[in-house]
Amino acid sequence: MSFIDRGRLTEATVREGMKQVRQALLEADVAYDVAQDFTKRVAEQAVGDRVLKSLKPSEQIVGIVYRELVTLMGGDPDSDFQPSSPAAQIGVKRDGVTVLMMCGLQGAGKTTTCGKLARALKKDGFAPLLVAADLQRPAAIEQLRTLGEQVGVPVYTEDPASSTPVKVCANGVKEAKRRGDVRVVILDTAGRLGVDEELMKELSAIDRKVGPDAAFLVADAMTGQDAVNSAKAFNEALELDGVVLTKMDGDTRGGAALSIKAVTGVPLKFVGTGETLDGLEAFHPDRMAGRILGGGDMATLLEKAQREFDADEMAEQQARMAEGKFTLLDFQKAMGQIGKLGSMRSVMKMIPGMGQLADMDPDADMDGEVRRVGAMIDSMTQDERLNPDRIDRSRRNRIAAGSGVQPHEVNKLLKDFKGMSGMMQSMSGLGMRDRMAAVKGLAGQMSANPGGQIQQRKQSTKADQDLAKLRAERKRKKQLAKKSRKKNR
Amino acid sequence: MALFEKFKSGLQKTRQVLNTDVRDLFKAGAILDEEMLEEFEGRLIRSDMGVEAADEIVAELRKQHLGRTVDPQAIAETVNAKLRDLLSGEDRAEGGEEENADPLTRLNLNPDGPTVILVSGVNGVGKTTSIAKLAKLLTDAGQSVVLSAGDTFRAAAVEQLTMWAGRIGCEIVTGEANSDPASVAHRGAARAKELGADVLILDTAGRLQTQTNLMNELGKIRRVVGKQIDGAPHESLLVIDATTGQNGLSQAEKFSEAAGCTGIVLSKLDGSAKGGVVIPIRRRMSIPVKFVGLGEGLGDLAVFEPEKFVRALEI
Ligand SMILES: Nc1nc2c(ncn2[C@@H]2O[C@H](COP(=O)(O)OP(=O)(O)OP(=O)(O)O)[C@@H](O)[C@H]2O)c(=O)[nH]1
Ligand SMILES: Nc1nc2c(ncn2[C@@H]2O[C@H](COP(=O)(O)OP(=O)(O)O)[C@@H](O)[C@H]2O)c(=O)[nH]1
Ligand SMILES: [Mg+2]
Ligand SMILES: [Mg+2]
Repeated sequence: MSFIDRGRLTEATVREGMKQVRQALLEADVAYDVAQDFTKRVAEQAVGDRVLKSLKPSEQIVGIVYRELVTLMGGDPDSDFQPSSPAAQIGVKRDGVTVLMMCGLQGAGKTTTCGKLARALKKDGFAPLLVAADLQRPAAIEQLRTLGEQVGVPVYTEDPASSTPVKVCANGVKEAKRRGDVRVVILDTAGRLGVDEELMKELSAIDRKVGPDAAFLVADAMTGQDAVNSAKAFNEALELDGVVLTKMDGDTRGGAALSIKAVTGVPLKFVGTGETLDGLEAFHPDRMAGRILGGGDMATLLEKAQREFDADEMAEQQARMAEGKFTLLDFQKAMGQIGKLGSMRSVMKMIPGMGQLADMDPDADMDGEVRRVGAMIDSMTQDERLNPDRIDRSRRNRIAAGSGVQPHEVNKLLKDFKGMSGMMQSMSGLGMRDRMAAVKGLAGQMSANPGGQIQQRKQSTKADQDLAKLRAERKRKKQLAKKSRKKNR
Repeated sequence: MALFEKFKSGLQKTRQVLNTDVRDLFKAGAILDEEMLEEFEGRLIRSDMGVEAADEIVAELRKQHLGRTVDPQAIAETVNAKLRDLLSGEDRAEGGEEENADPLTRLNLNPDGPTVILVSGVNGVGKTTSIAKLAKLLTDAGQSVVLSAGDTFRAAAVEQLTMWAGRIGCEIVTGEANSDPASVAHRGAARAKELGADVLILDTAGRLQTQTNLMNELGKIRRVVGKQIDGAPHESLLVIDATTGQNGLSQAEKFSEAAGCTGIVLSKLDGSAKGGVVIPIRRRMSIPVKFVGLGEGLGDLAVFEPEKFVRALEI
């Protein structure tokens, strides 16, 4: 192509690619100035990069952008993200009482997040005490008290008519010290606007009086352009130590994460993924980067998959699929790879069309399902994994007993698997794009027939392509992957 | 009047973004070029109206003024006309001349019994507070109001609305924690009829528009009250937080599907956020903004008037 200058990315190519990236960032609610600066900087860096033959320039640019986004949000695009424990994220001291203060706009999710953190800390053996310092919103104290009860954590409260937020916080910390066993005090403050000087001063007053060890900003993932203004205001009043991004269980792209990080430099620590108190996860820069760029864009998932999936293993599986020899053993391995990518639900959400499926039944425990299936396959003999047809009633009962499920669940697994391996077989002959279309089709099928079995799809004639060709392809892919890994260093 | 001042100061912020700056950006005498247009696009986008709506306004400017000598007044007029267009939809409000329009004119009232208003929205946007404010507005206008505490899920949500009812001095119907919200709505409707109340307002738990089961629950509530009171709900208000970004579009779309939204309450306009997402919402789904929230107090709700809103943008 003429606009590629001797195998290097030219300014024109990069500019064209960046236009799309900028649009994507703005649609994801990344603040205008942040998106502007980011694309400019990355474009400057990318010009002159060697063109990767395996990728279209536009794809390569998205790849570069993805890596930059991951880095900017505190991750490393070349290695698996390993989140630290909640206590470490908060910076719980080795002994004594650590005080964590929560702040944010009205309705951001502060109180709920207090409950979630308390639950997580308690589970890890750091006894928390919750302090109800929102004396503003009707029944805010009652709300925190209820959450405390739900997780069995004490809540310190005072009568709002005769106290002030500063007093409640100071007394709460005293109470924690008096109790002796408390390791972390979490202060739930009232929601306030960054432009409300009086209330921002109140926050600083609590900060001065109590001297918390850490202050977290709780921000709604659906926030638009204003994220920068409010984050700046809170950071100026408190010197934030961390950010929690809530309501990530929705379909928002969450550009606010990038905006907040870019303008404050404060690390993103957790994300809220549900209204119940188990809905708290560590913040993953790579997932977030994919989501911001995402919008049904598969590129990021593929890129991730490229890194995470052992190229060898995958090619092996593909070959087996094409031969119609994809077994439960392969399935077990594939599930392990999915596990690496994050929770099943979040993986599904990144695939266009599958998001709906993941949301179809918010109560369905997708990851639990993966675990159960894993347990069933674990309980099989090697012979059974390779030849599931041999599993008769007595074997079925044994597997069910071994994995703690009902025999009919084993039956369902076998049936599902049969349907799936047929589908995989037909998919293996397709290119990546068509394969995604097939997955989409499958998603459509499954939502049209919720809870139903995966139906056997008509086999593609292309699936019958010979094995030799596939193996050659696999060799080529391996080399390319190696090359691109090197390049990306 | 304090409230009106607040409203004006809220609009002021939008004005600052859209117009005050128009003057320093588009200097009289200069030639309008692409660079100026791009910078102006940035200002529009910072209001959360999104790329598409911003581009539409910019395209209009380009068509009319590109390459010509800048006339700030003419440019401001082009922008305002376009905004007015985007915000008003077909059912342009008539005669919004008085300073504080009667809230009752904004509502589709039921002439034969209680008017039922369903209020929904994503988590934490200000549903319960807006209900309290609206109840206060209606009570002050001489209407008798019954509240139904349909958020049986979130901790202390019932207590929250109960406290507001106490402050307003209106009737409230509550249910057990985790009970079926439709049954609370049912009892609310029964109570409103029994009392001969003018208005019944239904609070609902916050839910994300992607949670299909919970969205379907809104349909159930609609059906339940529809069976008891003819045409109910007569209004279905979606509360959108002014800080919301482009996700507001997905909210408007999915809540409309599930709850048949007839209007928007744009809450938290007292902050630094501009609430511009209502522009693409109006553009695509023609759901009008009916009220705006300007604070946490009972008096902090104002009627939204597109004409006035845009007129207030003019310098
Ligand atoms: N500044 C400001 N705060 C508001 C406004 N409306 C509501 N709030 C605050 O926003 C927070 C959430 O309000 P709620 O009314 O509880 O919101 P909700 O939508 O009922 O929340 P859930 O039921 O928990 O989903 C509270 O702290 C309110 O005081 C507003 O117009 N301006
Ligand atoms: N879906 C979802 N809802 C959340 C999450 N975190 C909080 N919420 C909800 O958001 C609303 C406001 O939360 P709350 O903790 O009261 O916010 P606060 O006003 O900042 O203390 C409540 O309805 C919560 O249940 C989350 O991660 N996901
Ligand atoms: Mg709270
Ligand atoms: Mg509520």
